[in-house]
Amino acid sequence: MRRIDVAVVGAGPAGLCAAAEAARHGCEVALLDENAKAGGQLFKQIHKFFGSRAHHAGRRGIDIGAELLDEVAGLGVHVCLGAAVWGLYEGKTLAVAESDHSWRLAAGAIVLATGATENGLSFPGWTLPGVMGAGCAQTMINVHRVLPGRRVLMVGSGNVGLIVAYQLLQAGAEVAAVVDVLPRVGGYPVHAAKIARAGVPVLTGHTVKAVAGDGVAEEATVWAVDEHFHGVPGSEQAFRVDTVALAVGLSPMAELAWLAGCRMGYVPELGGHVPVHDGRMTTSVPGVFVAGDVSGVEEASSAMEEGRLAGGWAAAAAGKTTTERAAEAAEPHVAALDGLRSGPYGAHVRRGKQALADGAATAQVQVLGGGGV
Amino acid sequence: MSDVCCDERGFFTLEEVVRLPGCPELEDLRGRRLAVIECGHEIPCDPCQTACPTGAIAVGDDITALPRLDVTRCDGCGTCQPVCPGLAIFLVDMTRDDGLAELWLPHEFLPLPEKGDRVRLRDRGGEIVGEGEVRRVRRGARLDRTAIVHVLVPERLAMVVRAIEVPG
Repeated sequence: MRRIDVAVVGAGPAGLCAAAEAARHGCEVALLDENAKAGGQLFKQIHKFFGSRAHHAGRRGIDIGAELLDEVAGLGVHVCLGAAVWGLYEGKTLAVAESDHSWRLAAGAIVLATGATENGLSFPGWTLPGVMGAGCAQTMINVHRVLPGRRVLMVGSGNVGLIVAYQLLQAGAEVAAVVDVLPRVGGYPVHAAKIARAGVPVLTGHTVKAVAGDGVAEEATVWAVDEHFHGVPGSEQAFRVDTVALAVGLSPMAELAWLAGCRMGYVPELGGHVPVHDGRMTTSVPGVFVAGDVSGVEEASSAMEEGRLAGGWAAAAAGKTTTERAAEAAEPHVAALDGLRSGPYGAHVRRGKQALADGAATAQVQVLGGGGV
Repeated sequence: MSDVCCDERGFFTLEEVVRLPGCPELEDLRGRRLAVIECGHEIPCDPCQTACPTGAIAVGDDITALPRLDVTRCDGCGTCQPVCPGLAIFLVDMTRDDGLAELWLPHEFLPLPEKGDRVRLRDRGGEIVGEGEVRRVRRGARLDRTAIVHVLVPERLAMVVRAIEVPG
């Protein structure tokens, strides 16, 4: 069995930052990802990030991703790609599967940075080819440079829906409309403004009723909803589209945390079941940390800050740095997170994280599990 | 801002825009070139403040505060424009005397227009409201792949037009 100071599962923005930070504290670090390339969603994010200078504001995700890859390479992090972590056992041992063999890795501390997965939405016709996650459409255009279709209906006006709608336009597709069941735009209105002035209608208070077509998506019917989110008969509008992209939220990919026996809380504001954790990104299982969307769905900017926190505290847990030094290194990242979560658009995350910090005993949090490895 | 609401349709009307703290008064625009910052929601973001070389843009320490434009300090240099991740800053130049205004529009679609092209003009809601002439197209490292398209529009559309039609 191989041994390492810190193992980081997931090489997206949170995992890359966690690995870099742990390595900076003198740890030997393994960064594992089942994908063929590190970077997670960053290499799909061709738009400029918000925030302030400390958060890489004004810079594009693809450029931040390239910089993080350089950083971990320069720090000597062992990056294992095509390596799926399928088990987490007693003694902080990971089971890792590569294409033709499986191996075990014992770590002094583990950071779970496994990200989130797209939610689906079911309606008549949702299984037709052409109906896909918005993230899938984004992967096609920004990674593989293939248009998923010529004319798209976007369902969901959160930042993912708005940004991917804009990027579909940039890629040369037509976007027939963006619909959202809620009465207001969910994402940053400046993203909505970019697609609105490009001529894309944003229909709030609307949802998709059905998608029809002869073996593939050919027409999407949209209708208005009442205050109970029930479709209003007679309000139907049909759009000739060959693609329907679903941007209806993300759910944390917390399987490994469940497996580790982490106490879990159900926090709607954070996307569903998340490992209970504190400001140091420590779970209920000593030596197991979380960072990024797995600890609550947010933006890449906050995932990177959480990664820095988790990496530093994991280094301390692995005995490679002192609590004092970890605390000192954490300070700017705590401040950066506070900045990113300030204001009305961070309110739900603040609420969710607070609910977890309050001992996960509030009415909002349903605590499950909690055996411990 | 609770009193400015574009949240149902996804864009501001002109009436809403002129009430934003980053938008100059219409009288201030006369005979000048100024930044018009169409940022009306408290998202955590402040690169415009950091970029401004004359101290004309203030967000403050709370980075969710809306940017405020000091028209006495703004010299219309446009440094703030490419750093805005929301592509929400427009330069409006009313210094001409031929009934035309020059707009600097952030533009991220290919193929780029060329100098001299006649282009159809869109308002904030995407409606075609007229036609203009491309005067210049700027790209460069400092702009980081966001082109700035300078377009001449009828003066009355200076605060109406916010995009050009992308040839499909």
